[in-house]
Amino acid sequence: MVGQTDRSSISTLMGSWRIQRRVIWALLLREILTRYGRHNIGFLWLFVEPMLFTLGVTALWTATKAVHGSNLPIVAFAITGYSSVLLWRNMPFRCIGAIPSNLSLLYHRNVRPLDIYLARLILEAAGAGISFVVLVIFFHFIGWLEFPEDVLEVIAGWLLLAWYGFGISLFVGALSVSSEAVEKLWHPISYLLFPLSGAAFLVDALPPLAQKVVLLLPMVHGVEILREGYFGSQIVAHYDVSFMVICNMLLTLFGLAETRKVSLTVVPE
Amino acid sequence: MIRLVDVNKTYPTHSGPAHVLRDVGLDIRSGERVGILGRNGAGKSTLIRLISGAELPSSGSVERGMSVSWPLAFGGAFQGSLTGIDNLRFICRVHGVDPEDKIEFVQEFSELGLYLREPVKTYSSGMRARLAFAISMVIEFDCFLIDEIVAVGDARFHEKCNHELFVKRGDRAMIIVSHDANYIRQHCSRAAVLSGGRLHHANDVDAAFEFYRQETAVAA
Repeated sequence: MVGQTDRSSISTLMGSWRIQRRVIWALLLREILTRYGRHNIGFLWLFVEPMLFTLGVTALWTATKAVHGSNLPIVAFAITGYSSVLLWRNMPFRCIGAIPSNLSLLYHRNVRPLDIYLARLILEAAGAGISFVVLVIFFHFIGWLEFPEDVLEVIAGWLLLAWYGFGISLFVGALSVSSEAVEKLWHPISYLLFPLSGAAFLVDALPPLAQKVVLLLPMVHGVEILREGYFGSQIVAHYDVSFMVICNMLLTLFGLAETRKVSLTVVPE
Repeated sequence: MIRLVDVNKTYPTHSGPAHVLRDVGLDIRSGERVGILGRNGAGKSTLIRLISGAELPSSGSVERGMSVSWPLAFGGAFQGSLTGIDNLRFICRVHGVDPEDKIEFVQEFSELGLYLREPVKTYSSGMRARLAFAISMVIEFDCFLIDEIVAVGDARFHEKCNHELFVKRGDRAMIIVSHDANYIRQHCSRAAVLSGGRLHHANDVDAAFEFYRQETAVAA
């Protein structure tokens, strides 16, 4: 009897997983169509748009000879920095308003608010990731950029940043369902966090007190890990993996809890 | 079997919680057609959303022992910037059905022809309704939830819908909510009246009809 219950609960879990994958896939394809359509370059915008951002910032920083506290090439510096900003900064914006604009989809029982968020987040992360890889390959090809010294560490840093973006997006997105103030506040917060995020400086170049302060921000750790992987011996990175992992776990927990609250109360339209 | 036990639903409003459904109980066996009558605002759509699982009850339980459709309503929930086919594809994917086999049926049944490849926002309301109904018939369920079907398009199309739903799928369970007693009488073997947040069960359709008639008469 007990065995039977176990087996059925495992098969229910597998069934749920199958349904969830199916629903997220359906939402992904739909999102690509509604966002990019079939006109001109279509879904290529997914990574062309973030690429243009990164290129713009790279050009600006190069032109102004931005002081970033190291002798690294500005192109390499800008690409590693801005690619990470794209993750935590754009993902929450995609989640804010995601539920109100998709209320009609909730008529289908298997479509839950979490699925809508996940589809958008996967798409956003994919765009940022592809644009990063394409830019690195392009600049390497024209000889402005070396390949990373430790690819795995770059991936690890990037994944930690993506996870951070994922957690904060769920949290901010779900909170924004019940309070419009969240959206209004997130705009200035994300804008003000950008210069502090580690994208535009190396922690090592800061005075010790400032280092302590910026290292309170989880994404700074992620950027430092990514850069250590990229430049290896050329820089001294400051980070604490366990600190970032704990922050990510907490954010994910809060995010999932808020999303659950939304799915209990949301009314399809 | 679908079973609702002591289902309550409240919504927060500016003047305190609105208690829309109170201790609603309902059993639907496979193949049974149940009508639920209620005036505008009686909570019919809320009830059908709870049965479909699109919304969750504030308290009580909804058990679904068979596959249950989404609330079918003429009008449909479409993304206007997508074409009819893209909307069809999305719904098929969500329900795990291969969309490509279904395009022909939808094209034919909805009588939309080439418009199926145009964005839904360019459709007239009649075209949307035809598309919504056609897509609803693409996914098979043991129980169909039907929310306020009113005559749409011309009589011939209406007849076609009735045939597709009530004749071809005559063996399925159905829950039909409507304020139109004649529609319920025509298609249901059992009926209940939703009034004051409570679901009043009647012995047969005529008794329900009579109860509903008095309800509306008193209010009028």
